[in-house]
Amino acid sequence: MHKITFMAVITATLFNSSLVFATSETDAIQQQLDAIKKEYGQAIKALEDRLLKAEKGAQLANDQAQKLAVQLEQSSSTRTPSSAQNSFNPAISLILDGRFASFDNSPEDYELPGFALGNEAGLGEKGFSVGHSELVMSANIDDKFFGKMTLAFAEHDGETETELEEAFIQTLGLGKGFTITAGRFFSGIGYLNQQHAHAWDFADAPLIYRGLFGDQLIDDGVQMTWLAPTDTFLQLGAELLGGSRFPAGGTTSGIGAWTAFADIGGDIGIEHSWQLGLSHWRSDNIKDRDSGGHAHGAGEAETPSFSGDSKISALDLVYKWAPNGNPNNRNFKFQFEYFDRQEDGNVVMLNSGPPLEMTSYDGHQKGWYAQAVYKFKPQWQMGFRYDWLDSNNRGSDADVLAEAGLDNEGHTPRRYSATLEWLPSEFSRLRLQYNQDESYEETDHQLLLQYTMSLGSHSAHQF
Amino acid sequence: MMFHQWKNKYWLAALLLTLCANTAYAQLNILACEPEWAALTRTLAGDAAKVYSATTAQQDPHHIQARPSLIAKVRRADMLVCTGAELEVGWLPLLLRKSGNAKIQAGQAGYFMATDHVSLLEKPAVLDRSLGDIHAAGNPHIHLDPHRVQQVAVALVTSLIAIDPSNKNNYLENLQSFTLEWRDAISQWEKQTEELRGKRIVVSHNSWIYLEQWLGLEKLAVLESRPGIPPSSSHLSKVLTQLEQSPADMILHADYQNDKPARWLSKKTGLTVVGLPFSPADEESLIQWFNRLLKPLLSADS
Repeated sequence: MHKITFMAVITATLFNSSLVFATSETDAIQQQLDAIKKEYGQAIKALEDRLLKAEKGAQLANDQAQKLAVQLEQSSSTRTPSSAQNSFNPAISLILDGRFASFDNSPEDYELPGFALGNEAGLGEKGFSVGHSELVMSANIDDKFFGKMTLAFAEHDGETETELEEAFIQTLGLGKGFTITAGRFFSGIGYLNQQHAHAWDFADAPLIYRGLFGDQLIDDGVQMTWLAPTDTFLQLGAELLGGSRFPAGGTTSGIGAWTAFADIGGDIGIEHSWQLGLSHWRSDNIKDRDSGGHAHGAGEAETPSFSGDSKISALDLVYKWAPNGNPNNRNFKFQFEYFDRQEDGNVVMLNSGPPLEMTSYDGHQKGWYAQAVYKFKPQWQMGFRYDWLDSNNRGSDADVLAEAGLDNEGHTPRRYSATLEWLPSEFSRLRLQYNQDESYEETDHQLLLQYTMSLGSHSAHQF
Repeated sequence: MMFHQWKNKYWLAALLLTLCANTAYAQLNILACEPEWAALTRTLAGDAAKVYSATTAQQDPHHIQARPSLIAKVRRADMLVCTGAELEVGWLPLLLRKSGNAKIQAGQAGYFMATDHVSLLEKPAVLDRSLGDIHAAGNPHIHLDPHRVQQVAVALVTSLIAIDPSNKNNYLENLQSFTLEWRDAISQWEKQTEELRGKRIVVSHNSWIYLEQWLGLEKLAVLESRPGIPPSSSHLSKVLTQLEQSPADMILHADYQNDKPARWLSKKTGLTVVGLPFSPADEESLIQWFNRLLKPLLSADS
């Protein structure tokens, strides 16, 4: 009965409204719309009330249990914060990462012949360790800006180090496809570089990322991207960076490095999607970029320090497949990246001599990796990766180059990796990874058991 | 030679046209997050808008990736029509941020979330991830209740008029004819499904609450012990014992969901498994879809 009456009301209102807008009284239309909304709202409410009554008996017990739980919670917290205040807090999430690592060789002996390692490059610790724990906070600041900060906690030589990994603001809907980011952020070079380590499909960075960036290129500066108004995804971007962090480095005033990148991507039918990117990074007049040298044994470590020009070019390709475009149950991902770096300048060995050992340096390093990841069941995923590096570095003093770790020792570093992951929910992951690591002449067999958990607000992941 | 020059010119002209196409056209570009809102928007906007759905009925709207193609679509959109209530939380915020498009940011007229305009059921009293992937705002799958769809239709037309006032009459006329057809359809469906009232069902994911409420179905058990977590064998055997004591009439699951657990339970209990289209297919109207949705329910019952 109820339903019939309110339907009649709606029909009447609607027919009236047609007469009204025929006479073009705009206010009246709005009123009619409001009336429809209101009446429908009331009708729905009535329906719900009826249903609620019917369900009440069954729910009563449940409700009482819930009430009790709420009461308990309230009594345990002395004062609940005002919800109006709380609801504007930034989205907070915490990433917990821990691992057990077993290596055949000592991780201290690790080297990548032909590449001077810097930043965080290395194998990490043997045995149990907490990896990168991260605290992430983000929110829309107002209608114009978005802000995000990531604090990373890691343990180095028994001390807890805090690193400001990201701290940036970003324009929200600047219009015409433009977005400007300022602060500290992951550079747009390559594909994997823009993702947090916890979102990677392997426990460690590809060798070429380790060799060139010390795992990841982060810098302070400004980034601008423009998205073309086309059906095919086409994005152009550029960054002006401080250049005081590896693989630039040393003291710079003003703009120490810049990048330019272009990404193009799209779908093929419903099941396939792809993205292709080209990027370039450049830093001229690098002064005193320190890195780790060739492992030496006794004595104070001599640190290689590079001054000169450096440029990196990169190509990345990502392809994804999901049956019916629904990646939740099964999906496949293939990823390939190629990097090429050319450097020109000189290398000084700090703490050597006197006189200081020094050589001119003309370096050419390149490498790629390819990986495939297959989620074969809703909670299970496996992956394979192959890494390959090569270098051809020249200098006036071959001995100094060798000491700086820039002699490839006639070896091309490579690595084979395989993973098996269990994903109990979107928020947790357990990973078993095996590497046959031929970074240097002595092959290392590495086994990693890792957990990565994300607590708090739901994060959105990039393609 | 001449031919080649002409060909080049055509190319240039075509390129320019594609680049200018969306600015030159008066048609609105609307991106719907789910097919149901695409279908509703198509009906209400008619020729005034080009509507594209970000997902298909075969995809789980909880787990979509922020693909490059979707970023490009959001970049060009004049309006977004989505479910809201955190259903798209894993991908929509990223699309919005990457789009560089001012019109569809949260709070703008072009940002339309259907769940903002209706009341939601199952708002959780306790928010804890040990309970699974729950939605703090309430159950978002409102499109399975035709009465709520009507409420959304009214709100959607109000938003369309705000964005595109010049086509106001078009939108109001479409709303009027939609409402009339929808009313007839609802009363027909309610008559058809009279016999389903009080039927006891088992569902694989808790996404049918609005349909249950509308049709008067009684939910006995959910195969996922927690929302978003695939059913464990221990939970399934618990459900099995529960069903032995108080038997159900059928098992429901959405077409896009893994139907293995439902099949397993069906084998053990002899219950019919009913796979339902959770959303309309491409170009299908909401009325056609509801007809298709109710048919397997009715035939499973008889």
